[in-house]
Amino acid sequence: MKSASIAEGIRPPGRPFSLPFRRLRAAGNLRLGAALSVALVALPVIALAFAAARGSGDLWPHLIRHVLPHAMVETALLLAGVGAFVIGVGTGTAWLVSCHRFPGRRSFAWALVLPLALPTYVSAYAWLDVLHPAGPVQAGLRAILGVTDPRAIPLPEIRSLPGCIMVMGSVLFPYVYLAARAAFLTQGADLLRAGRGLGAGGMRLFLTIGLPMAWPAIAAGASLALLETLNDVGAAEFLGVRTLTVSVYVTWITRSSLEGAAQIALMILAIVAALLALEGWARSRAHGAHGVRENARPDRRQLPPAAGLLAMLFCLVPVLLGFVVPVSYLVWAAWRRVEEFGLPPDLLTWIGNSATLSAAATLLILPAALVLAFGARGDAMPDRKAMGGSVLLRASLMGYALPGGIAAVGLIVALGGLDDLTEGFGPWIPALSGTAAALVLAYFVRFLAIPAGGLDAAYARIRPQMDWSARSMGAPPGRILWRVHLPLLLPALSAAALLVFLDAMKELPATLLLRPFNRETLATALYAEAARGTYEEGAVAALALVVVGLPVIALLVAGGRPKARSGKRMRPNEARP
Amino acid sequence: MTRPKKAVLFALSLLLAPVAAHAAEVNLYTTREPGLMRPLTERFTQETGIQVNTVFVQGGLAERLTAEGSRSRADVAMVVDVGNLMELVDRELTQPVQSKALEEAIPANLRDPQGRWFALSTRARAILASRERIPEAEAAKLTYEDLADPRFKGRVCIRSGQHPYNTALFSILMIEHGEAWLRDYLTKLKANLARRATGGDREVARDILAGLCDVGLANTYYAGLMLSGRGGEEQKRWGEAVRVVLPANETAVNISGGAVTRHAPNRAEAVRFLEFLASPEAQSIYANGNFENPVRPNAPVNEIVAGFGPVTPRNVSLPEVAARRAAASRIVDEVGFDR
Repeated sequence: MKSASIAEGIRPPGRPFSLPFRRLRAAGNLRLGAALSVALVALPVIALAFAAARGSGDLWPHLIRHVLPHAMVETALLLAGVGAFVIGVGTGTAWLVSCHRFPGRRSFAWALVLPLALPTYVSAYAWLDVLHPAGPVQAGLRAILGVTDPRAIPLPEIRSLPGCIMVMGSVLFPYVYLAARAAFLTQGADLLRAGRGLGAGGMRLFLTIGLPMAWPAIAAGASLALLETLNDVGAAEFLGVRTLTVSVYVTWITRSSLEGAAQIALMILAIVAALLALEGWARSRAHGAHGVRENARPDRRQLPPAAGLLAMLFCLVPVLLGFVVPVSYLVWAAWRRVEEFGLPPDLLTWIGNSATLSAAATLLILPAALVLAFGARGDAMPDRKAMGGSVLLRASLMGYALPGGIAAVGLIVALGGLDDLTEGFGPWIPALSGTAAALVLAYFVRFLAIPAGGLDAAYARIRPQMDWSARSMGAPPGRILWRVHLPLLLPALSAAALLVFLDAMKELPATLLLRPFNRETLATALYAEAARGTYEEGAVAALALVVVGLPVIALLVAGGRPKARSGKRMRPNEARP
Repeated sequence: MTRPKKAVLFALSLLLAPVAAHAAEVNLYTTREPGLMRPLTERFTQETGIQVNTVFVQGGLAERLTAEGSRSRADVAMVVDVGNLMELVDRELTQPVQSKALEEAIPANLRDPQGRWFALSTRARAILASRERIPEAEAAKLTYEDLADPRFKGRVCIRSGQHPYNTALFSILMIEHGEAWLRDYLTKLKANLARRATGGDREVARDILAGLCDVGLANTYYAGLMLSGRGGEEQKRWGEAVRVVLPANETAVNISGGAVTRHAPNRAEAVRFLEFLASPEAQSIYANGNFENPVRPNAPVNEIVAGFGPVTPRNVSLPEVAARRAAASRIVDEVGFDR
């Protein structure tokens, strides 16, 4: 193909005999930055490893006999269910919206991202209220059918594994949707056109060209969704699904054994590492990167009316499940509260705190992720020896794979240790524990994986020839990153920034544990009210969380759309990992 | 070139900047929700001029105190559940306090002889019975033991067996009947469940209203909160669907409590804050703001809660209840209670 012939035509420039000092220093600085970022992410893991090494007495025989088998089965089923949901719905909707014309397509293109604004635990609360026998749906059904006995209409129970899969899948599928849509929009136009020309259509085109081509992006999006499912405790616990993460919390809180909890958490981390390695290996075997084409928007095929209606339904249902129903419920609950008591007086402060903390975290995470992805890029170049860059990139996932609360405890222990250390140097070094900086650091640990993965995927679309050209003109690594890569990565970078911001806003367990005195965020405020049973007051904060997230999502959608105009610069419209 | 660096340094210094020091302050780590704490802290500041700084934490309060060690700015720790309170004491995160006011206000069985912890409210674990489907005479005689009776097969709702409120109840039952009995009891109780053991105590009332189950367990203040209408009209209906039963002479009672932390920088203010929390005024906020039972012997109970009848607790030592909760939690696992 075209890209291959270019690659053969341009040889990598030979290494000069002596490297200018500045060049060395820049490369070293970047590598140091990458290593430092991962070291920060490793802090809580190291602290947890120390805790685990203290031993947990006779806990494990008990866990192995009575807890882990069931928790593992439950976790595996949950992951399989959510995985199938997010991949099926995320990829299917992205395929429909990107490559077809049907009524409502334009609206669905952005509406399918909306569920990202909702934390899974809020959706779980809302769905239980909506579907409960005492709630509006069942009461309405009974009224219509003239039934009085609540047990007469056996609707499926939401407090169950399938219920949990529906709730989490419908909130998390946009991770896959965004990734798959970006892949379809930016990569595949030529191939799809060729496929169509050869007579493939519909399902066959999707299965033989669309799906394999977008798979790396889909896998990256699904990994994020599945890691979030794995480390979730709010929704799973509330819906009665006893996952491994729930057993981590029970061991820690009910049995007061941080040691045992750390051991289970590290075991989960090991399983995740193995799975990710497997996925990476599978991907490395399936080479076939396609370059990005300007104006590469695929031709959209007009669907016949019946198929169009089905496509519309296929896109509508997940938006209803993941956004419209839970948010309508929130609006209704919040309205009743506001009508009676007015807005909570601290609402603006909560919004301000949430936004500032999330913005600070985003600003800290982006450069680190960029440097990490740059390191992995170096490894992936055909003319370079691996320097551990891709290992570092994968290691940055550690923080995302740990349950939030347990990561926070690990970080608190690690920061305590650091503060002990710096205290020895004198009082002018401020302690980190209990400051907003510690909280921002917690977000860093938790969410570095989000942009790191996305940027890595975006890098895969920048051909090595770009770097070689720049290097042949004497540009040091730092300048290549700044002048060549950064402009090309900008869309991916801004998409990642928005996702990190959203995730940091929704983060609950680490925020609860680490924040300074008198500092409430939207997430902690809504949790405090929900925990006490005054749901409506919580609903106001939850709704505010969604409302603040909406403009961010609007930016995300706008950024993921390929620009119609053609310019001289290449624009890889990468939206998601 | 240096401008961005300066900006970053400035931003970092803002993040690290310590909160401006007040003349007199007390710093509070609490697992009690801000909705309850706000009226208490506001009143305290009004009366004493001492500023209260609060962090509402859920899990990990003990870990945070441990990690901060002698640098911790926390003066007072407030938690719910006797197990959580004893954990702070066992990990030596609290310090002894001798205060005449506290000793006079709080009965001896609700505080540590050395003053390392104090109960500030009591919380009865009640049986909820459907008004519609359980006759009043039958409801009045219900005991925790009855919930495992085969006649309630498929009719019981309860939150997770691993929740501290339940492990404390199970510990209390274990002290009285022994471990083997508890295993048998939980096996039978599990068999009676109408749905997975999950959700909160209020969901029990809601599920009873909805007809999913007929009996269940909940702390009395949840019933008070629902009936007060403060959680909305909806919740009032849940509360009205159930009868709150307090088993005579054997109600399981848990506590919420507080302690002065080991490294409290503002020790005097911390003691003063605890004394305030045990004062008639604060006890009435506990009773009327959160529908809990005051620890002060003669402090009035909220009238909704008084309507449930008098609380006559089982005679067990609180530290012993705390000591048994790990064993109780294991048995919950062994019988697969939460599955």
